[in-house]
Amino acid sequence: MLITINIPPITYFLGISALMFLVGFIGVTLRKNTIVIFMSIELMFNAANLVFVTFASYYNQVNGQLFVLFVMAVAAADAAVGLALVVSIYRSRKSIDIDHVSEMKG
Amino acid sequence: MSLTEVYNINPYFTLVPLVIIFPFLGIVISLVFGKMMKQMVVGSIASIASGLAFVVTLFLLSAELGYGQPVNVKVIDWITVGAFSASWSFRVDTLSIVMMLVVSGVGTLIHVYAIGYMYNDVRFNEDPGRYRRFFVYFNLFILAMMLLVSADNYLLLFVGWEGVGLCSYLLIGFWFEKGPDGIYNAWAGKKAFIVNRIGDFGILIALFLIFGAFGTFQFDTIFSNAPQISQGMALAITMFLLLGVTGKSAQLPLYVWLPDAMAGPTPVSALIHAATMVTAGVYLVVRSSALYAVSPIASGFVAWIGALSAIFAATIAIGQFDIKRVLAYSTISQIGYMIAAAGIGAASAAIFHLIAHAFFKALLFLAAGSVIQAVERGEEKAGHGGEELDPQDMRNMGGLWNRIPLTFWVYLIGALALSGIAPLAGFFSKDEIITNAYTTNPGIFALLVAGEFLTAFYAFRQIFMVFFGKSRTKAAENVSESKPVMTIPLIVLAFCAFVGGAINFPTVGSLTSWLEKTVSHILEAPFNGFSTGLALGLAVLGVIVAWAVYGRRSLGAPDTPDPISRTLGPVFVGMNRKWWVDEFYDLIIVRPYNFMAQLFFGEWIDREVIDGAANNIGGTTRFFSGLMSKLESGYFRTYAMAMLLGGVIILVYFVFR
Amino acid sequence: MVLTWIIFGAIAILAVTSAVAMILVRSALYAVLALVGNFIAVAMLYLLLGAPFISLAQITVYAGAIMILFLFVVMMLGTQKMEFDEPLLGQRIVGGVLILAFLVGIIYFIVTQFGGQPYLPLRSQSLGGPVEVGTVLINQYYLPIFILGFLLLVATIGAVVLTRYKSPKAGLTHGQYDILTEPMEKREEE
Repeated sequence: MLITINIPPITYFLGISALMFLVGFIGVTLRKNTIVIFMSIELMFNAANLVFVTFASYYNQVNGQLFVLFVMAVAAADAAVGLALVVSIYRSRKSIDIDHVSEMKG
Repeated sequence: MSLTEVYNINPYFTLVPLVIIFPFLGIVISLVFGKMMKQMVVGSIASIASGLAFVVTLFLLSAELGYGQPVNVKVIDWITVGAFSASWSFRVDTLSIVMMLVVSGVGTLIHVYAIGYMYNDVRFNEDPGRYRRFFVYFNLFILAMMLLVSADNYLLLFVGWEGVGLCSYLLIGFWFEKGPDGIYNAWAGKKAFIVNRIGDFGILIALFLIFGAFGTFQFDTIFSNAPQISQGMALAITMFLLLGVTGKSAQLPLYVWLPDAMAGPTPVSALIHAATMVTAGVYLVVRSSALYAVSPIASGFVAWIGALSAIFAATIAIGQFDIKRVLAYSTISQIGYMIAAAGIGAASAAIFHLIAHAFFKALLFLAAGSVIQAVERGEEKAGHGGEELDPQDMRNMGGLWNRIPLTFWVYLIGALALSGIAPLAGFFSKDEIITNAYTTNPGIFALLVAGEFLTAFYAFRQIFMVFFGKSRTKAAENVSESKPVMTIPLIVLAFCAFVGGAINFPTVGSLTSWLEKTVSHILEAPFNGFSTGLALGLAVLGVIVAWAVYGRRSLGAPDTPDPISRTLGPVFVGMNRKWWVDEFYDLIIVRPYNFMAQLFFGEWIDREVIDGAANNIGGTTRFFSGLMSKLESGYFRTYAMAMLLGGVIILVYFVFR
Repeated sequence: MVLTWIIFGAIAILAVTSAVAMILVRSALYAVLALVGNFIAVAMLYLLLGAPFISLAQITVYAGAIMILFLFVVMMLGTQKMEFDEPLLGQRIVGGVLILAFLVGIIYFIVTQFGGQPYLPLRSQSLGGPVEVGTVLINQYYLPIFILGFLLLVATIGAVVLTRYKSPKAGLTHGQYDILTEPMEKREEE
């Protein structure tokens, strides 16, 4: 039997995405642990992906979802390199506090 | 007309570019090969170049005699902008041929004289290497002067005008590191150039006005349209031209450079400051006589400036002790005569006196150079007595007439011609001017006639001081005659000064009719016994008075005061000090200008304003960049906050768009 | 209808809560786990939006690979118990204001621009299924995939190079790491 199920209007999806993005940004700004900052960045990526998929569904096209694929790949690459850097910094400073890498002052 | 067209009229006309090309070749050869050649060869090449220009001018003379009309020979297009075009073309007409003959003829004689004079001079100043440079400059001068007199438009004339000014500067400062204080010669050259520049400013304004009034610079067009322009415009043009003339021809008020220009070698003084460059002003006035005829006020100005310069300079000449300075002020005075004649409209009288003056003044300068070198030779032979002897100071001479007889005789001929004693050339030319003045303007006549007396007086004062009496110094006792290479041009010039009166004998008037083919309205007064007799009588009186003061008793030692100073007292001091004109100019013009340039513009504006602006811009930038760098705290979180701020701003913009 | 809202509500609350939890917990390990929860919640949202392929790709790549990587690094570096934040001068106030402004602004924006949208039907599998996604990928986005491959290759090589270990040279007591090789002077741990 064919039942048409309706999903909530896209407004709510966009609201969730906005909240996730904001939370991610709060994490980037206010936390000291470098790894948590990276994770907050991943959260922001995620929020953007949600927007893409939402609009792909809205316009009934698949291109938005494909973009999500690219974003995911890029985020993965970014996370890999960023974590490698974190590891490297830790090895020389024995600290992952983001405030300890402020040599570029002034 | 192009070269081919004039060829059909008379083939000799096509030779006219050679009057420029021959001196130019002389310059090039001297510059390129001069170092390798002997000194005599360099001098000979320069003289040959000048002589060839003279020969070409003779050809042109024969051609023009046959043709009779002015000929414009166009060589090449020079400037073509929109509707305005000026080309480099030569004008062959009676006036320009006369000037070219004078310039190249007297110039060649002076070149030959300079071969010998500079040979001694570079040895006396211990720099033989400078010989070549002298002749390069000399030929350059001939080139520029030929360009000036053969131009067929005002623009090209101005090119020649500037060129002779440049050569004057170069040649006056020839011994640039010598002279009193080590810099006097260079300073004299600079003074000549700057004062000339003031005159050139006048010429430039006049050129602009001419272009504005006529739309072209061609002589033919301008002179045929001259009666049609407004009186105000004609007055402006002619007055500004007059400013340039007073600069170049050393009249009031811009004559101050000429006496200091005597710092140059004597051939320079002879050629440039007696015979040719200073007469360029007279040429300009005569050439523009159509314009001056339209504006009688300007003509009056010209005549009065000429007459006043004549008197003023003659008074100063009486009080000078330097043999060349007397001749310099004499030049100013005689050119005053020419300018006065041109001002009253007697153009042929002006040109006649120009020719005669070229002869006898060049003769006088060259003979003076001969005297100076004779004294230098005498000083060398007598051994330097310890004190530096000024070979040009007349007080160091005396009793030379039987020691350097040839120089004495030619000098005497020159002085007689200068004083206007018949039957030498000077008498006829001056007489023509004075006769014309008598019929035109009694005031000018009185000034000119008084000038006759003064002229004869200072000329013979010089003769008696230099050649008669006892020798006042050891150097004067040991003088010897100059070499033939120097004396032969003297003899030739003396001959010309003697017979030159035939050029425009009073009733025959060959020059007048020759010039009338080019210059319209030449004033020609008939022979007048009264004015002629008065002038001649005053001249003879001047000779007698000079003999009475200077010749009767031989003068004392060099440091005794001039005999006439007792009689004249403070007047003589004024004459000796050139009536303090130089000091006056220095006070009101030179010092404020220096103040402006050095203090005001130099220190205040340049240092404070301009440098201050540049430095302050740099300082401000540095300050702001310092502020900006405080934003770079180095903390990552601050940067993230800044990004958030930017994001919020953009969001707000989009929300409330 | 109501069922849809309940499901949606639950998933939404899960997503937001796990996100907030991630930034609030002290231990980095717990933060990783919270983020994994967030990813799974979002994957379920994708399913709701008719993107099955992307949803499973999200779980596999994000939650399955990237988070494992994060977990490794957290384990390796030691979970240090750090303060929540040590704000810089006035950072709390400025941050608070900005965040509030951002929140208000974006909610306002969404509501005004996208308010009053109709209920969309659940997209069938024909929109986001593997076949469709793959077709469009190969047909239209061939070049980006290609470049993406290079990108991942470069990232891999970069990660390896950055953390290489050089054997000790003469005069050095121990080996050096390739980047930031000189140890900076030790700073005081707060």
